Amino acid sequence: MKNLVEVKNLKKNYGTKKAVEEVSFSIKENEILGLLGPNGCGKTTTIGMMLGLLKPTNGEIFIEGKKIEENRIEILQKINFISPYIELPKKLTVKQNLIVYGKLYNIKNLNNRIEYLIEKLRLFDLLNSVTGELSSGQKNRVSLAKALINDPIVLLLDEPTASLDPEIGDYVRTFLENYKKEKKISILLASHNMNEVTRLCKSTLMMKEGVIVDQGSPEELIKKHGRQNLEEVFLKLSRSEDEFN
Amino acid sequence: MNLIRIYGLFLRHFYLITRSFPRILDLIYWPSIQITLWGFISNFFASHSTYYNNAVGVILTCAILYDFLFRTSIGFNMLFLEEIWSRNFTNLFIAPIKISEIIISLVFTALIRALIGLVPAILLTSPLFGISILDLGIYLFFLFLSLYFFGITLGILVSAGLLRFGPSFENIAWSTMFLLAPFGCIYYPIEILPETFQKIAYSLPLVYIFEEARSILIDKTVNMENIITAFSLNGVYLIIAISLFYYSFNQARKRGTLINIGE
Repeated sequence: MKNLVEVKNLKKNYGTKKAVEEVSFSIKENEILGLLGPNGCGKTTTIGMMLGLLKPTNGEIFIEGKKIEENRIEILQKINFISPYIELPKKLTVKQNLIVYGKLYNIKNLNNRIEYLIEKLRLFDLLNSVTGELSSGQKNRVSLAKALINDPIVLLLDEPTASLDPEIGDYVRTFLENYKKEKKISILLASHNMNEVTRLCKSTLMMKEGVIVDQGSPEELIKKHGRQNLEEVFLKLSRSEDEFN
Repeated sequence: MNLIRIYGLFLRHFYLITRSFPRILDLIYWPSIQITLWGFISNFFASHSTYYNNAVGVILTCAILYDFLFRTSIGFNMLFLEEIWSRNFTNLFIAPIKISEIIISLVFTALIRALIGLVPAILLTSPLFGISILDLGIYLFFLFLSLYFFGITLGILVSAGLLRFGPSFENIAWSTMFLLAPFGCIYYPIEILPETFQKIAYSLPLVYIFEEARSILIDKTVNMENIITAFSLNGVYLIIAISLFYYSFNQARKRGTLINIGE
């Protein structure tokens, strides 16, 4: 499997504050990489740089071998992003939002693509509903549809199931698993839900204060740190040794 | 440059406007109120001022022209603010849309918004006050075009500020037009201003546009020099505004404003 994403020595400073320092990783085709760490550890900053929203202070990001800083528009055509902290225009209907984003991504045969996503994400009954009036679970499905409108090869997820009830959370995780298998896409999953990461990710990165402090599969990390589960590993790595013991 | 992407961003705002009757009403309401108000004021001046004697329509015409400028500028800012308020900003900037495409799309959408307000206001002036702005003839088109360019320029400048400084710049968006109005010499000749203010006024295209409107309506003379100067100044300011917008976008990418702007 080839690497679809390669991040090399990524660094981001805000003035004297170091947000991300010397972060390097790669994501293979058909792989979900978990990105873990406490709030403020640099996960969102890393994703922001991968989306071209932030300019790295140093380092390089390659998607399909192309450097994002030099090919921003071309790369944005192939990637997409979901976060519960950003929303689609609330006053537009679900269908209008999908049409708008379909046009922004310049999708050929947009009607076919929308029909595919409607079926895949069971959106038929919501099509003419106003987006702002949907429940959290429904909004999440619509955001997924928007994120898949361009048939991305790389999907960046920032806490995609935060604020969802367990049933809908499970639906989203199952959907992502199946979609990844079907399309062989690369996914970066930033999450605070350790069960979710254990279930979806073959490999994970643990970040703290802007640097990667450990990496490996959830099983490897649990074994290496002598803990019962990934949550305990997370706590051990996030807290200082004194706090933990 | 991709027309489909430009059309896509236009659609986003077109859907928003057409889905909401209050929004359409709001677009029509303020220009109509302005025109009615200034219509009555101009009627009063016409009977009490020698300057405006026999030129009842001057103030009203200038009010319509100023309102068009105001609507264009605010319209552009509103489109930008709408993305911040709806927390859609990140979605927009992670779409493969170029800065130039965003500007072009917002420029056209702002025009549509301004026209929705302007047309009813123009239609009101004739039955209510017996005045037609069309008295300006073919030059009306040039005056509107020049105001449109300046309105868009101000809109781009304020949006650049929003990109650079975030939503805290919002208040500036509302106050720009009020700040510039005294220097625009909208309702009075430039000679009324103190000398220092005159220098500032001459550096803006507005004074040439409104002087020209009065010249046509009162003296029945056309001074193409005014129109050309206004367009030239507009060109300079538009280039500065677009450059500043690109600069602000790059600064926002360095400072992280694009990620935090809706929060």
